[in-house]
Amino acid sequence: MSRLLQRLFGRLPIGWLQLTHNRTRFAAALAGVAFANVLVFVQLGIMNSMGAATLRPYTFFQPDVMISAGDANSLTDGGNVARQWLLQAMADPDVTDGMGLFIANVPWDRGDKDISLTTFGIDPVKPAFLAPEIATDLTLLQVQDAAILDRLARGLGKEEAAAIRPQSPLSFETQGRTVTAYSTFAGGGGFGGDGYMLVSDQTFLSLFPARRSAAPDHILLTLRPGAQPEAVIARLKTLISDPSLRIRTYAQAAEDDLVYQQTRRPTGIIFGFGVLIGVLVGLVIVYQVLSTDVADHLREYATFKAMGYGPRFFLGVVFEEALVLGILGFVPGLIVGTSILLIMGAITTLPLAMTPSMAASVFVGTIVFSALSGAIATRRLAAADPADLF
Amino acid sequence: MDSDAVVDVRGLNHWFGSGDMKKQALFDVNLTLKRGSFTVLMGPSGSGKTTVLTLVGCLRAVQDGSVKLLGQELNGAGEGQLVALRRRLGFIFQAHNLHESLTAAQNVMMGVQVHGGVPDRTVEQAALHALGLVGLADRTSYLPGNLSGGQKQRVAVARALVSSPALVLADEPTAALDKDSAAEVVDLLKRMGQSRGTTTLLVTHDNRILDRADLILTLEDGRIIRVEERN
Repeated sequence: MSRLLQRLFGRLPIGWLQLTHNRTRFAAALAGVAFANVLVFVQLGIMNSMGAATLRPYTFFQPDVMISAGDANSLTDGGNVARQWLLQAMADPDVTDGMGLFIANVPWDRGDKDISLTTFGIDPVKPAFLAPEIATDLTLLQVQDAAILDRLARGLGKEEAAAIRPQSPLSFETQGRTVTAYSTFAGGGGFGGDGYMLVSDQTFLSLFPARRSAAPDHILLTLRPGAQPEAVIARLKTLISDPSLRIRTYAQAAEDDLVYQQTRRPTGIIFGFGVLIGVLVGLVIVYQVLSTDVADHLREYATFKAMGYGPRFFLGVVFEEALVLGILGFVPGLIVGTSILLIMGAITTLPLAMTPSMAASVFVGTIVFSALSGAIATRRLAAADPADLF
Repeated sequence: MDSDAVVDVRGLNHWFGSGDMKKQALFDVNLTLKRGSFTVLMGPSGSGKTTVLTLVGCLRAVQDGSVKLLGQELNGAGEGQLVALRRRLGFIFQAHNLHESLTAAQNVMMGVQVHGGVPDRTVEQAALHALGLVGLADRTSYLPGNLSGGQKQRVAVARALVSSPALVLADEPTAALDKDSAAEVVDLLKRMGQSRGTTTLLVTHDNRILDRADLILTLEDGRIIRVEERN
């Protein structure tokens, strides 16, 4: 290792030799860096899971354009949209079809605890609006009080969910009615609910008698293939005389939701700060390790100064140490971080996972911040006055 | 100025502290070190010996007077010039000041690498050769922690001399050593200096060394009070 580094640097790898001279301290320093990495990984994982959980329900549907109320910052927030605008929008030659989407939460008494299912009321004869996995089962919903259940819902046993088939459905009571699930799809618990359920709009209106068929939560539109969504939206805005409505592409609506969750909702802001604090703690740990090391070797550095070594040499040594710590500390940090995210994901059913981009950005961040701490730590070198050696 | 002089000091004054605390440490010091000479600077502690050494060794800025080292004036010299000059010197400290994390050979290699651009193999060979000259050929891969006091100081001598410096500055190199080790280290300095034409300035109050000196300067209260030429 030492020989390899020597070839690499064109000089003795002083930093490496210095760090590895005291094995116990080296292990402690690496543990410190690894801990900082784990901290950032966990915070980043939670923040990313919030994003993934926010975007997940959007993957159940595949319209081109979505019309929502002005205050509908997310799928479940905000007021209704009058269905008359759906008819108006159909007047545009590029709009091929439209569907009202109803959304509300239903409680499900699971004995030891209640879980909350975010329920979507949809038109069961319009599979074009749904993701293929769901579209194939859509006809099942034409039966009154039929449902397609989220098999990843929190509190639903794996085997129990796997047993749900048209020939062996699962019935349960909610909102004073008996709902029967004939099939399942892959949803998953989020921050707002424990899982999802799809029912027909008729079943939805029976479950929620106060809701009116003339006022869905969102209006979904599909466009003729090759149509320019932006041009259609511009025309729809003149066609629909309610300026408070938000008419956006479906992808834009999902992105707006994500930005809203990350920047305007307390949870998003808290997770963002979690990442920031993780980075700061990591910076402090690496700085502490490096500056202690510089302080411990002031006498040696002063000797090297006396021998004629210049500032670039010392900066190189400290950078070398920063790189060694950053790279070697990252490995255990990645292993422990991934394990913690897996365990947390299994417990919460949130989409918590180590992603390659997370690993890459934390690695680059570790190297950059290590080098930065190293650069700050070299300021202590000014105290290494060779004249004091005599 | 004598063209054969490695060091030529004229009218050197030096002060420490500032304001009311300002105290003069050196008064009108003059000295000349001829190429290849072995000079001992004597005097009680606090007499200013070390100050002279650090000024000549480019480790302190010259305040007043002239210090010419290897033909270059140090008074008013820039940091870059001082660092470059230091590379042509060899320092031996009272404490060996070896790097604890480096082996004996690696410590000596640091004395070669400072010049830069030397191939790894050459650096290593030079270091091993220097260690052989100080009688430590069988200790090259030892860490300083596993060497005796005399052996460590010999490694330090090898480090100072490995790149054949024009001037070796040694500050009480024998203070921490027993009689035999001290004699060995001084003989080594003297012998290697002679064979390579190196000039040596050695600060000490160890009388055991004096009979090896070509020139003995005695400093007291910042003034040179006696100049004694031998041989």
